[in-house]
Amino acid sequence: MKLESKVPGGPLASKWTRYRSEMKLVAPNNKRKYKILIVGTGLAGASAAATLAELGYNVHAFTFHDSPRRAHSIAAQGGINAAKNYQNDGDSIFRLFYDTIKGGDFRAREANVHRLAEVSVNIIDQCVAQGVPFNREYGGTLANRSFGGAQVSRTFYCRGQTGQQLLIGAYSALSRQIGLGKVKMHTRCEMVDLVVVNGRAVGIITRDLVTGRIEAHAGDAVVLGTGGYSNVFFLSTNAAGCNVSATFRAYKRGAAFANPCYTQIHPTCIPVSGDYQKKLTLMSESLRNDGRVWVPLKAGDKRPPEQIPEGERDYYLERKYPSYGNLAPRDISSRAAKQVCDEGRGVGESGRGVYLDFKDAIARVGEHVIREKYGNLFDMYAHITHENPYRSPMRIYPALHYTMGGLWVDYNLMSNVQNLFVIGEANFSDHGANRLGASALMQGLADGYFILPYTMGQELASVKKEEVGTDHDAFKEAASSVQQKLDKLLAIRGKKTITAFHKELGKVMWDHCGMARTAESLQAALRRIPELRADFWQNVSVPGQGNDLNPSLEYANRVADYLEFAELLCLDALQRNESCGGHFREEYQDNGEAARNDAEFCHAAAWEYAGPDQPPIRHTEPLVFEEVKPTVRSYK
Amino acid sequence: MAGATKLMNLTLHVWRQKGPSDPGRMVEYKATNVSPDMSLLEMLDVVNDELTEKGEEPIAFEFDCREGICGTCGLVINGRPHGPNKAATTCQVYMRDFTDGDHLYIEPWRAAGFPVLKDCVVDRAAFDRIIQAGGFVSVNTGNAVDGNAIPIPKHQANLAMDAAACIGCGACVAACKNASAMLFVAAKVSHLALLPQGEVERTERVRQMVYQMDAEGFGACTNQAECEAACPKEISIDFIAKMNREFMRSCTLSQKSRGDSGGTG
Repeated sequence: MKLESKVPGGPLASKWTRYRSEMKLVAPNNKRKYKILIVGTGLAGASAAATLAELGYNVHAFTFHDSPRRAHSIAAQGGINAAKNYQNDGDSIFRLFYDTIKGGDFRAREANVHRLAEVSVNIIDQCVAQGVPFNREYGGTLANRSFGGAQVSRTFYCRGQTGQQLLIGAYSALSRQIGLGKVKMHTRCEMVDLVVVNGRAVGIITRDLVTGRIEAHAGDAVVLGTGGYSNVFFLSTNAAGCNVSATFRAYKRGAAFANPCYTQIHPTCIPVSGDYQKKLTLMSESLRNDGRVWVPLKAGDKRPPEQIPEGERDYYLERKYPSYGNLAPRDISSRAAKQVCDEGRGVGESGRGVYLDFKDAIARVGEHVIREKYGNLFDMYAHITHENPYRSPMRIYPALHYTMGGLWVDYNLMSNVQNLFVIGEANFSDHGANRLGASALMQGLADGYFILPYTMGQELASVKKEEVGTDHDAFKEAASSVQQKLDKLLAIRGKKTITAFHKELGKVMWDHCGMARTAESLQAALRRIPELRADFWQNVSVPGQGNDLNPSLEYANRVADYLEFAELLCLDALQRNESCGGHFREEYQDNGEAARNDAEFCHAAAWEYAGPDQPPIRHTEPLVFEEVKPTVRSYK
Repeated sequence: MAGATKLMNLTLHVWRQKGPSDPGRMVEYKATNVSPDMSLLEMLDVVNDELTEKGEEPIAFEFDCREGICGTCGLVINGRPHGPNKAATTCQVYMRDFTDGDHLYIEPWRAAGFPVLKDCVVDRAAFDRIIQAGGFVSVNTGNAVDGNAIPIPKHQANLAMDAAACIGCGACVAACKNASAMLFVAAKVSHLALLPQGEVERTERVRQMVYQMDAEGFGACTNQAECEAACPKEISIDFIAKMNREFMRSCTLSQKSRGDSGGTG
């Protein structure tokens, strides 16, 4: 397998500009002859579909949702970063680039991250032009706020619904192209396989979720904007439908999967409250500006928080990280919370929770100030927990939130399979081992609006156009293997629910490959997962039929992929003998801090599928730092 | 504090319909040992798991984000779209909102414009077609001027945001005795009409969207404000008044020239 990054030459700051003006183009009258299949209509997919259609390509877009407005991009609250320097506070493209690459613990490709910072400014302009109602100052200019990992105010926002408004912007641009007949939209249509002929992506197999029909779609290029895989952990802040199936099936057809072990665990989520829970809800990190995190000093102390005197409380973040205190970074805060709960000092019924206490802040500035700052978050918390956070402390616990790993792509956002492009969270490219807040929206839209529409032309113009119709054997083979798999799932008629398997897998992953990992825990997971998978294929109960709307079948099909993918994730974590960003191996630490090993692991690990009973093959792409020098991130 | 949780037992009456052509019927189920801290959808998950274990087909209903923003979920609970809570979606309804021994009647959105696909799942593609008819600003990627070159008064931007908060769930239609989609359409028309970016296509947009709304079979507004009461984002019916004004305005202004290739594209 060849992993050629295709990073253009020249100085970092001018690579993209120069490359853009030198790249090959597809002539306007030829663009309509290219049929582009775009899977996923979140920020990345919808923006790409709209933009490519505007350029004249013949675009088909696919989503398993009932509408292209529903993707999980919609749930992002905080905002989107852009190096506009509207605040005159010293921001620049270089600063955004540096914050992002450092935030990723120096495990991302320099040139990609710099390009991201460059186009960030265009994204804001484009969204404003579409009518995205960003917050404004009294003079009518755009408002900004600050976010983690940065010392400037560069985050643009729409109240607490930034993701929703940006997605509606992309959705409306896409809707316009659908209305004009330039995009054929396939809703309730799930990609179930990728078709590759002679190392080139030539189409996809889909399942119509209403009729159950398996359909073949041929195209000149396939674009995956299908999001991340947090739900392999069962409980995450992701929507229920988020899944790894599209990218994992592409992996099984030859696309390399890079850095699957880079997962982000967000420290401030509402803790698990019962066995029946299917997902977790994020509480904005900004709460830690005023809230103090603590647990009882003594293990097993079950008194209500008000009855625990000051002297018997452990404000462990303030104690361990005096200079950062409660604003210690995400990975550190998450691990610290896990540690105190492991010691039996966790709070709440489950014992997996820590207090986030506003008592001191309320005493200092008054309840009205806290209400003004965080009112909607406090309401949301009260709604879910039925507790009043103005009176008693919030309970929070870390949860899976985002995945930095994904399909390997080159500078053109193309995977190692010719004409298979991967954008947004689905690829591995820009966040390294850890993503900074307000950067996910930026990357999704950068890829879709401003990068792929250029780089795709370069790739399409570089290879000879070949028509492969859906009558090709590869399509028939793929469609029949999909059908066989679905038939097999329906035929098991076992006794255990799909949820039970997913939940158990999630527990294995969380316990053995969560916030802290060891070679031993990972090996245990690698022993358990195949057993669970075998049990699934023997004993799962998938009710209903294959020829109509059957949510159980959809779910089982996705869980089946998680049961395979989980192994790859653990294997990657086991092989990466260092700690970096969201990947923390207990063996590799320096007094509790993540200890990177640049000598041996300054590379992206890209896994090649080697067949059903073969171990996957690990390839590496060395990361070369020309502009910045990787340093140790210290927070003491 | 969630400490002393008393488990609840409820009787559910759920709409079951095999497919679009099946007449459908209410079917009774028991939900036992329900924690008041469960969400309504989590309670239904448990009921579904029990059905699965018995080899019966689970109840089909939609959900995704489970935090009130994606607009996917939508059940009529005891006659009220999204259930008893104000400013909340179906996924934000908790069992503590009911009492032990309650009967819950759970149904899909009912409207000619939203045909039932199965059980409590309806087809809301009509909403997408209304947006496709004109719910956008025709600006291609790459054409934008600097974001701060279009100053917008804060109050105006806030008002536009109030309208833009619509999540496209369809509760407004389900709540309306006329199955009118006017709150949904008004929200989009107003969001864009309130902003300078939307000004150029203001006249044509409202016409195209209203025509499409009528073509989809949605009814007219008779000012009962049921939509506003059901809306999880509390979108005001003032926007319907605004849309009516916009529509009237467009009727007087819009005289197409023969050379106009038409459309808002």
